[in-house]
Formats: sequence, structure tokens, C-alpha cells
Amino acid sequence: MNPLVPLERLGRAVLLALAAIGRITRFALGAASHILRPPFYPREFGHALMNVGWLSLPVVGLTAIFTGGALALQIYAGGARFNAEAVVPQIVAIGMVRELGPVLVGLMIAARVTSSIAAEIATMKVTEQIDALVTLSTHPMKYLVAPRVFAALIVVPLLVGIGDIIGIAGGYGVGVQNLGFNAAAYLKNTVDFLEPLDVISSLVKGAVFGVIAALMGCYYGMNSGRGAQGVGRATKGSVEAAAVMILAANFVLTGVFFSV
Amino acid sequence: MIAMRGVHKAFGANRVLQGVDLEVGKGTSMVIIGGSGTGKSVALKCILGLIRPDAGRILVDGKDAGSGDRDAFLARFGMLFQGGALFDSLPVWQNVSFRLLRGSLKRPLEEARAVAVDKLRRVGLKAEVADLFPAELSGGMQKRVGLARAIAAEPEIIFFDEPTSGLDPIMSGVINDLIREIVVEMGATAMTITHDMRSVRAIADNVALLHGGIIKWTGPVAEMDDSGDPYLDQFIHGRADGPIEAVR
Ligand SMILES: Nc1ncnc2c1ncn2[C@@H]1O[C@H](COP(=O)(O)OP(=O)(O)OP(=O)(O)O)[C@@H](O)[C@H]1O
Ligand SMILES: [Mg+2]
Repeated sequence: MNPLVPLERLGRAVLLALAAIGRITRFALGAASHILRPPFYPREFGHALMNVGWLSLPVVGLTAIFTGGALALQIYAGGARFNAEAVVPQIVAIGMVRELGPVLVGLMIAARVTSSIAAEIATMKVTEQIDALVTLSTHPMKYLVAPRVFAALIVVPLLVGIGDIIGIAGGYGVGVQNLGFNAAAYLKNTVDFLEPLDVISSLVKGAVFGVIAALMGCYYGMNSGRGAQGVGRATKGSVEAAAVMILAANFVLTGVFFSV
Repeated sequence: MIAMRGVHKAFGANRVLQGVDLEVGKGTSMVIIGGSGTGKSVALKCILGLIRPDAGRILVDGKDAGSGDRDAFLARFGMLFQGGALFDSLPVWQNVSFRLLRGSLKRPLEEARAVAVDKLRRVGLKAEVADLFPAELSGGMQKRVGLARAIAAEPEIIFFDEPTSGLDPIMSGVINDLIREIVVEMGATAMTITHDMRSVRAIADNVALLHGGIIKWTGPVAEMDDSGDPYLDQFIHGRADGPIEAVR
């Protein structure tokens, strides 16, 4: 085998990745410009708010409460029995608000919302509904993409906030019920320990992850291949891309907010 | 009014259009016939700018189709897609009056609904259908809703991609008459794709046969039967043997 072959493959992969980043960036800029310019489609926006926000609440709540509870047990079991009554609430609060709340909510949104957006838009593409939109003088970016991305930008931070609170409540439940902590002290420890920056970072992450999730669903949907297979590939690709990009963005944002 | 000049389009190695030349006069009805997979739908989509041709020019009223205000350009067109392409998240009547519910042609809700019901009646659908969703309709009913949507805003130029496929003979007759009426009464310019020779005779002023990526024959419908063109003859009579291969 030619020794340069692996190098060539690597080069090609890098080029492909760069091209993809370029296309996604252009798509994102296009979406942003359509969010800002009329005409607006309030009904589509309302639907998107409902689907991304309200209907995601159960899954977000369940994820958060179990995670907060498990975290409390884990910290207690992991050697923090000494001084546990102060340490457990503090670590649960920090862990939920800074990292687990936004990341888990982001991943849940990627599973629930990204996939449904991608499948819906890809099906519309495959059945010529996108073409039909265009011939009816309606811009698909404006009608389909902008409302979904904007809704996610607004509503996912709220979901993250709710997830943080429910996660802390999960830790509180385990602490008070199972570990016999004092309820008032638990709350005081939580509130005293959290800084405004923790909360701000949590919400900013939520906004970024929401945009990533909706944008990836739309991007893969709009670029879907033909037939049922095309829809399947678009859906799979969108969730993979959204999940990986959310985790990468989380790393970067944590660095920005908390590295000294 | 519509002119295609040397239009080429390939999908990878599949060279679909290889220099299509076609003129459609204002207020006339052009019917495009041709074997399955020869690129008839692609040709219509090229005119609308849904597919970008690789080469050639498309002129509408003497101006390049791609130039100028795209919204104003598209506002002149109505299109029935081969598969209907109804929006399955919207009830039938909102599909039909989609254009009238938003954008520059927006009208009050009641009025838009009345227009939808009227257009549905013209394609032979009862008012009850208006509140159903597309998924609740049969294939032929979906096709007719697509047709109603194409004509709802009374466009100047209307494209029909197989308007009568999947319909019973009576309903096909109704639709043929409707298309003819739209051209004659509203003065619209129509391009229709069909495989149904009865429709061709009912709808067409002019006929064009697309084969091998080019327009093999075009002329008035009256000259279709004694054109002397072997391709056209084979197509009209539906013979398996002839210059057009059965396996393509
Ligand atoms: N978006 C696309 N991507 C790739 N190939 C395409 C695309 N659209 C059409 N084709 C190919 O172009 C060719 C012509 O397709 P087209 O839909 O225009 O056929 P048609 O003449 O309308 O046939 P039919 O009468 O069966 O509808 C086919 O070989 C099809 O596979
Ligand atoms: Mg076709």
C-alpha cells in the first residue's frame, strides 16, 4: 500500500469536515437573518414553543429529578459522610446548575426535538412539500426554520432553569428523606453556595444548546436525501450532530465561564 | 410567454435534460408527454427555479426567470405537484387557501375559507372535506385538493403535473374540462404533464414530446395524429415496439 494513503484519507476527511462546518455556518446565518426580518409566522412560532417547551417538560423533569437524587446518594456514599450535611447540598447544586442540568436537558432536547424536527422537515422535503412551499411564495427558511430555532433559543434556557430546580429538589428529597438531613439547613446551604455566575452560565448554555438542537434538526431535514432512507439518515445524523456539538459547546462554555 | 432555450440538467451521471427548447404562448395550453422518467417533472421544476439547470436559459415574458423579484415571479404561478405535496399539518381548506392566509395576498379568514370551499367544489369535492386533514383523503382526493390549491389564487401561469393520474374516468373528464376552462375563461397559460391521451386531446392547444433529453416533436394538437414522427406515433398508440425502447 502507498504510505501516503492514510494521510490522503485524513486530508480528505478534514476537508469534508471543514466544508460541512462552512455549510452549517451559512445555514445558521441564514436562519438568524430570517428570524430578524419580516414576514413572521406567529402560528408556526406558537407551535414550536409548544412542541419544544411545554411538551418537553415531563421528560426534562424526570431526567432532572433522578439525576439530582442519584447525585446526592453518590456524593454521600463517596466519602463525604464527614460534614455531609454541608457538602452534599453544595455539590448537588453546583453539579446540577453548572453541568448536569444544561447538558442533560440539552441531550434530552436533542433526542426529542432535534429528531422530530429533522424527521418532519425531511419528510416534507421528500414529499415535495418544501417545493410546494416555495411555489406558494413562502420561504422555507422563514416558515419552517426560523420559528423553530427562535422558539428553542427562548424556551430551552427556561427548561434548563426548571431542570436545575427540579434536580436540586431531587437531591433535597434524597437528603432529607434518605440521609436524614435537616431540611432548612439543606436549602440554606444550597442558596448560600450558588453564585449568580452559576445560574447565568446555566441559562446561557441552555440557549446555546437549544439553538444547536433546533438548527441541526432543520439543517439535516432540509438536506435530506430521497425516500424513506433519506429521512432515516437525516434523523440519525441530526441527533448525532446535535449531541456531539452540545457536548463540545459545553466544554467550551465551561472553559469560558469558569477557567481562571 | 415561457421559453426554454437549450436547457440542460444532469443528476450525477444521469443526464436528464440535454438541450430542451420549448415555447409556450400566452393564454395557450401546452401539454408535455413522454415516457416515465424522461424528465418532464424536472423540466417544470426548472422553470419555477426549484431545480437549477446546468446550462441554458429560461425566459418568462422575455426576462430571465432567475432575475428580478422572486416573490413577484412566484406569485404569478400555480403548481400541482405529481404527488400532491399537501401540507399534512394543515387541514384541507388551509392547504387550498395557503397563499390567501399569509403574505402579500392575505385576506380575512372567512373569505379565505370561502375561496377554499369554492375551489374544492370546482374540483368535485364537497365542503365537508375542507376540515379533514390530507392524510384522511384518498390518493385521488389529495390530487384534487392539490389542484384546488394550484388554482386558488387565480395565477396567470399554471403547471399541472399529471392532474388526472389516479382518478376515475368521470373525474378525469371533470378535471380536463376544468383545466380547459381555466385557460379559456381566465386566460391563463397552462403547462400540463400527462400520460392520458384523452386528457391530451381535451386540454392541449399544443403538444410536446420529451424523449432522450430533448423535445422530439412539438406542434398543434390537431397535427398530432398525422405528424409522421415515429416516436410520437408510437407514444400515441402505446405500442411496445418502435424507436422508443420499452426498457429505459
Ligand atoms: N432531485 C433529484 N435528484 C436526483 N435525481 C432526480 C431528481 N429528480 C429527478 N431525478 C431523476 O431525473 C429523471 C427524470 O425524473 P422526472 O421526475 O422528471 O421524470 P418524469 O418524466 O416526470 O417521469 P414520470 O412520468 O414517471 O413522472 C429520473 O431518472 C429521476 O430519477
Ligand atoms: Mg413526473
